[in-house]
Amino acid sequence: MSELVEIRNLTKVYEKKKVALDHLNLTIPRGKIIGLLGPNGSGKTTLIKLINGLLVANEGEVTVDGNKPGAETKSIVSYLPERTYFQNSMKVKELIEFFSDFYQDFRKERARQMLANLNISEDARLKTLSKGTKEKVQLIMVMSRDAQLYILDEPIAGVDPAARDYILKTIISNYNENATVIISTHLISDIEKILDEVIFIRDGRVLLQETVEEIRANKGKSVDAYFREVFAC
Amino acid sequence: MAWNLSSDRPIYAQILEVIQLRIITGQYKAGEKIPSVRELAAEAGVNPNTMQKALTELERSRLVMAQRTSGRIVTEDKEMIREIRNQLAGSYLREFVDRMKELGFDKEEIVLLLKEQKGEKNE
Repeated sequence: MSELVEIRNLTKVYEKKKVALDHLNLTIPRGKIIGLLGPNGSGKTTLIKLINGLLVANEGEVTVDGNKPGAETKSIVSYLPERTYFQNSMKVKELIEFFSDFYQDFRKERARQMLANLNISEDARLKTLSKGTKEKVQLIMVMSRDAQLYILDEPIAGVDPAARDYILKTIISNYNENATVIISTHLISDIEKILDEVIFIRDGRVLLQETVEEIRANKGKSVDAYFREVFAC
Repeated sequence: MAWNLSSDRPIYAQILEVIQLRIITGQYKAGEKIPSVRELAAEAGVNPNTMQKALTELERSRLVMAQRTSGRIVTEDKEMIREIRNQLAGSYLREFVDRMKELGFDKEEIVLLLKEQKGEKNE
């Protein structure tokens, strides 16, 4: 079996010659929870969008489970974008139907259970929900799929600390053993205990890829403290 | 025994300590089943692979045993549990004595202080 995600020589240059990714190489294994960490503008979201086939690379290639981004990879990748994209006039329960129509691997019961645990009514219209609650709904939808790869771009930025804990527990108990979860975030201290590995990126290149326990054992400090040291301004 | 895990040393070693304490204090009783890796990982808010690693280590020390069907049970060997309790007491004591020595107390003074401490509590 090949690695879940393989990225070779990936380069993305935006207009005005802004280099977002610079010949980046990366291998992402199966069955891991991985933190994608880097300062603002380091290329995290560009990388995520390329893996999801939402941007076209100038050079290099991405494969997910051996395939280039396309219909096949989209059926096994569950992606939480930075911003919400739902129709505000929809009700939560309509959203459940929507996802269930779109994705064969969507588990309605799992979504309903999580909504109930967070006291979110299925009859509520999205426009009546607070920003944080909308984010929770979106994450619930994404985590209710039986995907092989979950890519979460800033999943917990807008939600309160108690819900954050619930969401992390949801991630831990929902992903299956062979699936991988990639979490991009700045809130390292909140998530580092659930990570296997971290990838630090800077200026469109991979600075390091290491297991979090190695960082703790070798550096004697938390991933958060190590990040601050590596990226000190 | 709660999971007060610190992020600046390996999580798996800290998990190991919490589970050992739970066994010593009888929260998980000899011969009884302990929760699954998933359940424990969710409860502690840690990565399931890290929890797995800690449990594998506990299996190696034979404090817990993998069941043929599924799950793990605490050893029925109460002697072993007592021994681990004594080891832990030993390491707490060494740490205590080291700290007291740093403060400049010698052994006799430490013993004296401990007796006084005991007296105070009985009052």
